[in-house]
Amino acid sequence: MGFEVLLKGNNMVRLLAGLAVSLRISLVSVAISIVLGVILGILMALKNPIITVISRVYLEIVRIMPQMVLLFLVYFGTTKAMGINLEAETAAVIVFSFWGTAEMADLVRGALLNIPAIQYESSISLGLNKLQTYRYVIVPQIIRRMIPLSINLITRMIKTTSLVMMIGIVEVLKVGQQIIEANRKASPGAAFGVFLIIFLLYFIACWPISMLSRYLEKRWEN
Amino acid sequence: MNLDVIISYIPLYIEAFFLTVKIGWLGIFLALAIGLAVAFVIHFKIPFLSGISIVYIELFRNTPLLVQLFFIYFGLPKVGFTISAETCGYVGLGLLGGSYMAEAFRSGFESVPKSQTESALALGLSRKQLFWSVILPQAISQSVPGILANVIFLLKETSVFSAISLMDLMFTAKDLIGLYYDTKEALFLLVVFYIVMLLPVSIIGSFIEKKARFRTLGV
Repeated sequence: MGFEVLLKGNNMVRLLAGLAVSLRISLVSVAISIVLGVILGILMALKNPIITVISRVYLEIVRIMPQMVLLFLVYFGTTKAMGINLEAETAAVIVFSFWGTAEMADLVRGALLNIPAIQYESSISLGLNKLQTYRYVIVPQIIRRMIPLSINLITRMIKTTSLVMMIGIVEVLKVGQQIIEANRKASPGAAFGVFLIIFLLYFIACWPISMLSRYLEKRWEN
Repeated sequence: MNLDVIISYIPLYIEAFFLTVKIGWLGIFLALAIGLAVAFVIHFKIPFLSGISIVYIELFRNTPLLVQLFFIYFGLPKVGFTISAETCGYVGLGLLGGSYMAEAFRSGFESVPKSQTESALALGLSRKQLFWSVILPQAISQSVPGILANVIFLLKETSVFSAISLMDLMFTAKDLIGLYYDTKEALFLLVVFYIVMLLPVSIIGSFIEKKARFRTLGV
């Protein structure tokens, strides 16, 4: 079945190191996306016409362009058009942050605009000042809505980073291919075992995070 | 950018475009069928099958399409299931999409209030009538936004087909860059064709979404 290949030498360790590369890229991108996304989301909720138009175009680009196309544009396009030689990993982080920021900003904007006006009115009638209203009433509600969704973004980011092998980053899939190639003679069936293990590794990485996000969403629903 | 190069590339891109669209939509229809069936099984708690369905949803929602395709295309032949790249493309997309569509349909089913079922039964509707005429129409109009988001997501996911050497848009672009080094032209056409493929869907999608929202409000 091809599982024996993974027990040879340090193949399993290499595979895990490959997964670590994907996880690193996704965590860096998520961190950048959350920071930029929150800022952009707040700007979008201000309903300034210029910001609205620009952000609409930006969100639509992200909505319809596959991440893979963006990856190619940034990785191959910048070299040709601007003469900048980006490292593959930098290109990946740029693309995934570009994508994640849009997703995050849309969520923040939605959460901000979904706070009913009555919440603000009640706070004023209770004698809270503007700062207190935000500190004790609005922000806690927004955070409760945002946390499950941002956690969810992490799993989507991890899944999307599997694309980086297409621009030559050696991550878990690429390592898997290398192991299969190297053992072509000794165990011709290696592809089954190796790809099944990679499939399960991704599942083990993403599933607990998905569950956590779902749990928090349920718990904080009201 | 060189216009002659662009013009000479266009026929290749058109061919790749039709292949991508074909596999994409085949996959989406498969995903809708799988999703509806799985959501049905889970919502009505059909024994045994609902357990399998939940495992299926969790497995496919938490792994990338690229890994699923690699497993189906390169892994499964080693244990005796060989399928062509094209079949692998839409089966893979259908399986991934099915797990997402199932969630959309399921939340639709859940949004139909219990009183609807009770009233329908009190009015003497049969189980079949209850499902087809009462629950399904309401559930679907509730799941429309989720389904449309999934359609766009799945059409975007078609870009990974090039990894199993399907001659799709991505593959064509990569191939041309590798052969002739006309990177700018190849990437430009790639973007144009993806816009042609997805912008109409995105626009029609938001239009349908508005219609569906009206219907649930009873306007």
